[in-house]
Amino acid sequence: MLRGSSAVAIDNERNKHPSDVIAAASAARARRSGRVGLATASRSTSDPHPAEMATHELHPNDTLTTLKMESENLKAKLEEERAKLHDVELHQVAEKIEALGQFVMKTRRTLKGHGNKVLCMDWCKDKRRIVSSSQDGKVIVWDAFTTNKEHAVTMPCTWVMACAYAPSGCAVACGGLDNKCSVYPLSLDKNENLAAKKKSVAMHTNYLSACSFTNSDMQILTSSGDGTCALWDVESGQLLQSFHGHGADVLCLDLAPSETGNTFVSGGCDKKANVWDMRSGQCIQSFETHESDINSVRYYPSGDAFASGSDDATCRLYDLRADREVAIYSKESIIFGASSVDFSLSGRLLFGGYNDYTINVWDVLKGNRVSILFGHENRVSTLRVSPDGTAFCSGSWDHTLRIWA
Amino acid sequence: MDTISTAENHTEMEQVIVAMQDPDLGIKMKNQRLLITVIPHAMTGNDIVEWLMKKYSIMEEEALHVGDLLVRHGYIYPLKEPRNLVLRPDESPYRFQTPYFWSSQQWPASELDYAIYLTKKNIRKQGQLIDYEKENYNLLHKRINHTWDFVVMQAKEQLRASKQRRKADRIVLECQEQAYWLINRPPVECLTPRLSQRDRGKQSNTKCEHSSRMCPITHITKRTLVRVSGLAFQDGRGVEHLKKALGRSRVKSSICLESFIKYSEQYFSHDPMMHGCPPSNPWITDDITHWALNTNTVSTPTKLRVERWSFRFMELLSDPLGRLKFMEYLEKEFSAENLCFWEACEDIRHGENSRIPQKVSWIPHRQFLAPGASKWVNVDSKTMEKTLEGLRRPNRFVMDDAQMHIYFLMKKDSYPRYLKSDLYKNLLVKAIAPQETKRSVFPFMRRHRHSSPNPALVAQALEEDGKAKRLGSPRITSPATSP
Repeated sequence: MLRGSSAVAIDNERNKHPSDVIAAASAARARRSGRVGLATASRSTSDPHPAEMATHELHPNDTLTTLKMESENLKAKLEEERAKLHDVELHQVAEKIEALGQFVMKTRRTLKGHGNKVLCMDWCKDKRRIVSSSQDGKVIVWDAFTTNKEHAVTMPCTWVMACAYAPSGCAVACGGLDNKCSVYPLSLDKNENLAAKKKSVAMHTNYLSACSFTNSDMQILTSSGDGTCALWDVESGQLLQSFHGHGADVLCLDLAPSETGNTFVSGGCDKKANVWDMRSGQCIQSFETHESDINSVRYYPSGDAFASGSDDATCRLYDLRADREVAIYSKESIIFGASSVDFSLSGRLLFGGYNDYTINVWDVLKGNRVSILFGHENRVSTLRVSPDGTAFCSGSWDHTLRIWA
Repeated sequence: MDTISTAENHTEMEQVIVAMQDPDLGIKMKNQRLLITVIPHAMTGNDIVEWLMKKYSIMEEEALHVGDLLVRHGYIYPLKEPRNLVLRPDESPYRFQTPYFWSSQQWPASELDYAIYLTKKNIRKQGQLIDYEKENYNLLHKRINHTWDFVVMQAKEQLRASKQRRKADRIVLECQEQAYWLINRPPVECLTPRLSQRDRGKQSNTKCEHSSRMCPITHITKRTLVRVSGLAFQDGRGVEHLKKALGRSRVKSSICLESFIKYSEQYFSHDPMMHGCPPSNPWITDDITHWALNTNTVSTPTKLRVERWSFRFMELLSDPLGRLKFMEYLEKEFSAENLCFWEACEDIRHGENSRIPQKVSWIPHRQFLAPGASKWVNVDSKTMEKTLEGLRRPNRFVMDDAQMHIYFLMKKDSYPRYLKSDLYKNLLVKAIAPQETKRSVFPFMRRHRHSSPNPALVAQALEEDGKAKRLGSPRITSPATSP
């Protein structure tokens, strides 16, 4: 940029008024990054437009523009239908309940031992053990209560972005840039190398972003940067069901706590949150109100709703029966994205870990922020409430995990 | 290193910065004295914190935090101690970085630009660069030696132009440039400012923190599909999906939202974060009594636990102790086969894939569904037909319909009766209701944090136990207590 420009020209550049520069820059950025839509994004490359290539496969009467128009019309109609039954806002209904009092939560344990950014964690059903994974490929199982490390595994890849504890407490699953999800049975023989018993279960064509065991040790649900989610049989590594529908990387998922236990929700870089039927592989509901990537989704304890955290610095609540977004949790002073969210046991509180190193605690019903927790020295990347609701754990790029209560 | 725009938070930060510089509502800037020179349009750390507090109605701690982030990302730079990128809530002077140097601007901080900057500094300071800058300078000199003439020429040209400016302007421009390069080429040993206040011993990998403001790899891969997916294909399927979505039935918001209020109220006293945790929260007092009282093998459950079984059927079934007690009741009523059937179906649904054919063939058929079966369950004819048909090609979901039928049967019939039964009422009466303990008399006394048996260990022991029994060798075992 400085090449060939005279020093005077540089001077003039530097002295421009900030708001002019911002306006010009945002316009340029919008054109470049294609916030206008997927089509624009792909058009910015010099390769032949993928849509042009794809049109040959469509019915001769459908052109790209008519499809797009139909899609837009349907979307508008859908919003109309959703709005018809929306007769009241959540905070209005919540006016009659008492406001929450002064909220005090402190760090009760700090788990040090990872040599690099902590990316993911999960609780064991015994309410005190956790598994955590980090950028340097290490997966550690801790007794968070005593802060003792009980197992450690070194994965052959870096950026282990997903890890999960098996319901029985006898195994952990993890994966990341290796595009796989592997299950490690936890052995108590100190001499045994855990890595030796590793079982490769899931195979994706891009990084693994999240994984979760279903009700047993035998099945794992995964989401990946390749835009799909998948259900796998652990024993055989067989793909039981795959879920297609996201238009970009899928970043998170959560299983529904419902009676029939057959659905889950996923969130992705296409700003959509999709609810899936595990049995048929169909997407049964879809929500698109976020303005940026959805980093985390979590069901409300009753299973009738779910919350999401996004790079657009908001957390939102979606009701599944009303089929719409029913609350937005945001504040002007919060400018960084939310990386992970979870509910307290009663669903009254929503904890959000943010990229500005803080944790914000929201009153789910009234919509206001109850507390802000400081402590981490880098972005909070993962956050889970313990199975009995007595505490929650947060993991951060500052290499530590903290237990708050 | 990476040239991918990380514009995600920059727009928001820039909005804050522009608001701060608003001529009417922004921060009141003044001239600041720096040694013997006067720097125009500067403000103090205090000014920044106070303005943020007022504008966003937040407390001082949060305002300091937000302001600190703005400094760390290069939108505001300190005039004193320029290498310490931290917001001090005192009279320390700060200035806004010129938009030209904002991190979000598209021009990459290239090696050439950095070389020119270091050369200028080298000339000005007559070879007295600080360590890491000297290292970088020498490295660059080797790497882009072929354009070194150009570098030196540009550097000299820029120095000449700057000499023609007023001293105050010159200092300002130098500060801006220096701040920019501190963000884009931080010294690797430089600790994150926050750390320097606390744990000086820790070396964090700030390079990764600064060089892209987020994980470079994640960002690249996060955007992979946006560029690659064919829009037409997406829309073709999308239209189908939207048509279906239009047809679905919805519930009025007022009804849905009311249910959240009810749920939260019902579970309020069960939520340790809202209502405390009898006798105390183990994480706070280091006392694990709460967990000991709520294991799956405890003989007398707590009052809260028994109460919770009455909230919804799923609560009862998902608590192993609750399920046990429910089974005891059903056995008395001679309808235990329903629950057994449901459990068998769960086992099929969640068990190993390879064992499905085996499980499916003899469990439901022999035990439950065939007329005259030992544990015959009452499934309606339509469901029975569908199930038997499906059993010919056993898969994980073949028992779903039958399972759901039995589940709802239990929910509507056995469950309400159980809650009214003497068995349940007795449980409630006998249940333990531990007192919430007050703060310890000796608050500084640290309790010993007891470790608990690893679930994997327990499972292993049980397995060995089972093996031993099968082999016929007698073994005394203690009941497995999972914490």
